[in-house]
Amino acid sequence: MKIAVCVKQIPDPAEEGSLDDATKTLKREGKLILDDSDAYGVEMALQLADSAGGEVVLVSMAPNGETNGLRTALAMGAESAILVSDPALQGTDALGTAKVLAAALKTASPDLILTATESTDGYTGTVPEQIAELLEWPSVTFAKSITIDGDKVKVERQTEVGYDEVECPTPCVVSVTAGVVEPRYPSFKGIMAAKSKPLEEKTIADLGIDASQIGWEGARQEIVDVAEVPAREAGEVITDEGDAHEKIVDFLKEMKVV
Amino acid sequence: MTVPKIWIHAESRDSKVATISLELLAKARELADTVEAFHCGDDADTIATELGEHGATTLHSSGDLGGSLPSAPLATALANAISSGEAPDAILFGTTYDGRDVASRLSVKLDVPVITNIEELDADLTGHEQIFGGTVNVKTQIKDASPKIFLVRPKSFAAESVGGSPAAVTTLDSGDVGNTAAAKVINRHEQESSGPKLDEAEIVVSGGRGLGEAEHYGLVENLAEILGGAAGASRAIVDAGWVPYSHQVGQTGKVVKPNIYIACGISGATQHLVGMKSSKNIIAINKDADAPIFSVADLGIVGDVHSVLPKLIEALK
Ligand SMILES: Cc1cc2nc3c(=O)[nH]c(=O)nc-3n(C[C@H](O)[C@H](O)[C@H](O)COP(=O)(O)OP(=O)(O)OC[C@H]3O[C@@H](n4cnc5c(N)ncnc54)[C@H](O)[C@@H]3O)c2cc1C
Ligand SMILES: Nc1ncnc2c1ncn2[C@@H]1O[C@H](COP(=O)(O)O)[C@@H](O)[C@H]1O
Repeated sequence: MKIAVCVKQIPDPAEEGSLDDATKTLKREGKLILDDSDAYGVEMALQLADSAGGEVVLVSMAPNGETNGLRTALAMGAESAILVSDPALQGTDALGTAKVLAAALKTASPDLILTATESTDGYTGTVPEQIAELLEWPSVTFAKSITIDGDKVKVERQTEVGYDEVECPTPCVVSVTAGVVEPRYPSFKGIMAAKSKPLEEKTIADLGIDASQIGWEGARQEIVDVAEVPAREAGEVITDEGDAHEKIVDFLKEMKVV
Repeated sequence: MTVPKIWIHAESRDSKVATISLELLAKARELADTVEAFHCGDDADTIATELGEHGATTLHSSGDLGGSLPSAPLATALANAISSGEAPDAILFGTTYDGRDVASRLSVKLDVPVITNIEELDADLTGHEQIFGGTVNVKTQIKDASPKIFLVRPKSFAAESVGGSPAAVTTLDSGDVGNTAAAKVINRHEQESSGPKLDEAEIVVSGGRGLGEAEHYGLVENLAEILGGAAGASRAIVDAGWVPYSHQVGQTGKVVKPNIYIACGISGATQHLVGMKSSKNIIAINKDADAPIFSVADLGIVGDVHSVLPKLIEALK
């Protein structure tokens, strides 16, 4: 079983985000790190490869040649990585991203593709299903758990009210819900080993993708306005001196809910 | 100014139309001359009445999918209808599990982008999305692509019945979907829940990591019960396994808009704020005076939940 995991490399979410003045899109400069959301997919893939036998390959797209986040996931235990990097990718939208990732994933010929349900910085949540459709594969989104059973996967798919048991033949795409496994920390040995693991860089031309599908040109959506939302009127903040609960009761009375 | 036609994704459970779908209808009516709905399921005739009351004139139904997840069959059926000349100007989906999936597959079939996380739509189909925890509003237009596909966040618009007659049911044909529809639901598991539903409750009491340990979530449930409300949670304690995912409020959880939201031991991360910032009144209890939750609170209590909550519960009993 060959499992490919899509991992996005993003600006550190701990730092405040900002928009580029000219393009009005999220600034993605400087060092990028492994999106936490994808760490769950990596962990899930490693566990599946351990139990069913197989290897884990990572696939990532970034315009600037970033490999930092990929090295983190390699240090967790993935065997190899493919990075699609090309200056022409600057400004690519979700559909363009899916086209690039699908083309790169094809070169790896996996039996199973894992993604997160949504990225931390873009959170469109559309890329996984778009990849599946581009590959003409079946898919299951919002997996809480995955087990491999011969040539199919059994997935517990989160729903509004609980979960559904879903069966799907491989090859397929499965998106993994955050928080469902405990991503391992890379060990020192893992970090050292990651430095020499194969990391293949591909350009748009290597993948045979038409430049009109990606980048600013390919993105058929345009941000026409960015404005600050008027802040909510500041409320009253008090420090509890042992009687703050009375304040809350008064507030609830004023709102006529008690 | 209106556009000729908008389609909305109608979702239902137990033959009742989901609130999000009715919200989409309300907005679509404002924007278009004709509003039509589409869905999959075996309940077309029942939900056509409710959809009609909310302004849909037609319900395009792909019928029961025999357990297949909807994304591939429904997207294929929509693409077929569009290529045979039915094309609407815009298609609105709710940001739900299935809505997101169908919209994504459809976007590939039609080769048009999807604009996501929409909270407002202008007459010219410019979509508004709030980013950075709702502090910045971004307006996006789709260029050179039709129909325009939008994923709309729940609670963005108010559902409104206009008393229309039942929508006419027509058949959507998916033709041969092949292997893409091979994912099948074998079994469904529903959690029992009592009291009002989290996303419909007038009062929501939510707990976060500040509660310290799973057992203390009982304080939150207790307070919610006394107030006749629902109990919510931050993702931190859902991930930690203290409470089931169905309690999660936020970007990847439920969007709530109650009259009163009480946040207990929740820091107020941007992803939590987007799920509750539109609540009419917000009360926050947090021991850190600098916690971001206080920036949206109408009443902020800098204090320990373990001391404030028991006293509050006692006083309300
Ligand atoms: C892609 C993505 C999606 C996400 N989606 C969601 C989502 O849908 N919903 C969501 O909630 N989060 C979501 N998150 C996570 C979010 O970023 C935060 O990590 C999470 O909301 C933090 O939860 P918390 O406030 O309970 O915990 P913390 O941030 O750890 O805050 C705990 C708070 O409790 C206070 N506290 C501690 N002890 C006490 C005490 N005794 N009395 C009173 N106060 C106390 C502390 O001062 C602190 O402010 C998402 C993150 C990502 C990356
Ligand atoms: N540039 C990228 N490189 C690798 N994977 C990605 C990229 N963009 C999106 N993905 C995958 O698709 C998921 C959903 O992303 P999004 O649609 O942006 O919310 C992410 O969590 C990743 O698993």
